[in-house]
Amino acid sequence: MEAQFEAVIAADARVEPRDWMPEAYRATLVRQIAQHAHSEIIGMQPEGNWLTRAPSLRRKAILLAKAQDEAGHGLYLYAAAETLGVDRAELTEKLIDGRQKYSSIFNYPTLTFADVGVIGWLVDGAAICNQVPLCRCSYGPYARAMVRICKEESFHQRQGYELLMTLMAGTDAQRAMVQDAVDRWWWPSLMMFGPPDGASPNSERSMAWRIKRHSNDELRRRFVDMTVPQAEHLGVTLPDPDLAWNEERGGWDFGEPDWSELQQVIKGDGPCNAQRIERRRAAHEDGAWVREAASAYAAKQPAREGSAG
Amino acid sequence: MSDDHVYLSLAEAGPGPDGEARWAYGTGFADPLLGVDAAPPVGIDPADLAAYCLMLGDDALVLSQRLIQWITRAPELEEEVALANLGLDLLGQARRLLTRAGQLDGSGRGEDELAYWREESAYRNVRLVELENGDFAQCVVRLLLFATAREELYRRLVGHADPVLSAVAALGVKELAYHREYAAAWTVRLGDGTEESHRRMRAALDALWPWLEELFTPHEVELRLGVDPSPLRAPVLAALEGVLAEATLPVPEVVGRAYVNGRGGRHGVHTEAMGPLLAELQVVARAHPGATW
Repeated sequence: MEAQFEAVIAADARVEPRDWMPEAYRATLVRQIAQHAHSEIIGMQPEGNWLTRAPSLRRKAILLAKAQDEAGHGLYLYAAAETLGVDRAELTEKLIDGRQKYSSIFNYPTLTFADVGVIGWLVDGAAICNQVPLCRCSYGPYARAMVRICKEESFHQRQGYELLMTLMAGTDAQRAMVQDAVDRWWWPSLMMFGPPDGASPNSERSMAWRIKRHSNDELRRRFVDMTVPQAEHLGVTLPDPDLAWNEERGGWDFGEPDWSELQQVIKGDGPCNAQRIERRRAAHEDGAWVREAASAYAAKQPAREGSAG
Repeated sequence: MSDDHVYLSLAEAGPGPDGEARWAYGTGFADPLLGVDAAPPVGIDPADLAAYCLMLGDDALVLSQRLIQWITRAPELEEEVALANLGLDLLGQARRLLTRAGQLDGSGRGEDELAYWREESAYRNVRLVELENGDFAQCVVRLLLFATAREELYRRLVGHADPVLSAVAALGVKELAYHREYAAAWTVRLGDGTEESHRRMRAALDALWPWLEELFTPHEVELRLGVDPSPLRAPVLAALEGVLAEATLPVPEVVGRAYVNGRGGRHGVHTEAMGPLLAELQVVARAHPGATW
């Protein structure tokens, strides 16, 4: 069985839910897919902070549709995780009590409406760099979920960029708002690719199993190369004095993120960690009576279910 | 997605049958009434028609804002998706109706000027839609009451002489039918679920039913336009009673909430919940007069 699994991986084919797989492969995928699903759901909060205050009805509609897409992504990803023998309720419990993580980027606050655009441009942009290779991940259900998610994410990224273009063509206050948001989100966005390759404990095995296909540093460089010309076109300054074109490499050199701050955020002491989890916990607990009622009602309908099925 | 290079993948998702048009459909448009003849229909007072579009548009906008406040707080992810979907439908209706109101009243105001720069007393929504959210039972009951009544109204406006009102109604009938079915399904589940859910549903019905009557009480503009909502009362009550019976919930025996000197939401006299709702809705726009977003 193990040989068959190795052969599937070597042939760059897909492992499917009923195939035999090493326990560590299963556990790695559960951890990664759950973390990804949790990120979609927690990620609704920082932007949701601006839903009620969006300054035009068109922007409100765009942001609401985006929040809806993210809830949908959470649903597909939890469903992909469920094919590995866990269930959504259990994963939600683990998120709420801190046994599973979500992307640390969502532990930063959204302080102005320009943050909505910058999250679309930089955070969704970084997420796309991380996620596009996952469309070819060795685990079939995850890879397939990622195809749809990546398409929607790239749409969100362009919507975010379009918002920023509009603001940059607007008033001085709007332009200042964009620059301020870029200053706050640039480094956290670079940190979304994870620690430097030398300090990334799970990377090597995930690459061997073709769950992951590029190293953290490689993806980070790709993101910077993609983003610098976009920043120039937009007319904002990226807050990195070391940013410089490297002729020899054909890419941009950039400074080192503040890894100690990232560690602090990962360990739970970011500006919004407690707030994000508290909101998720409150929604889950406040909804308990609704879920119980739905189960109780369903349990009263055996005859109807039977005749319909 | 033929390649995992980011540039190429992004380019691939560009406009076209497989690109932009497929995602978040119906949110990106900048002019809600693009290509529609702006002239008022012959024989109808444009000021009255504008006032009526505001009434229906404000109902949709304010309820949409209340639904939006549920996002990240819903009891299940499926409900996050559904409530966002309902909010988007209502927001779409509001955008078209507000834009139409601005065309007809001669002021040249667009949807955003009407949404963000009117004072509370110029808002014409019924009070039911502005009340605080409360728990999920109240969310469900408000949706049930509003959607049942609004679907019934839109059904009658489908053939209206105004092309925008008629078009909003034609699409709205389908949207509201889904809203009503969603709310009815939850009403039955929660009414006939646990003791706790039954108790909460009764409390929600007692709290919200008294505000239902305003949806059937004609304003002088509605009477002049021939769109008196009072004939909606009988079919709406019959439909609601059917749902409540299946949900094992009694029809509340409560009287309607009084007006203030004969004036309610349709006259711009609201509840205390309305001020904070509008303050939140309007705060960013008002901090940047004249800005484009």
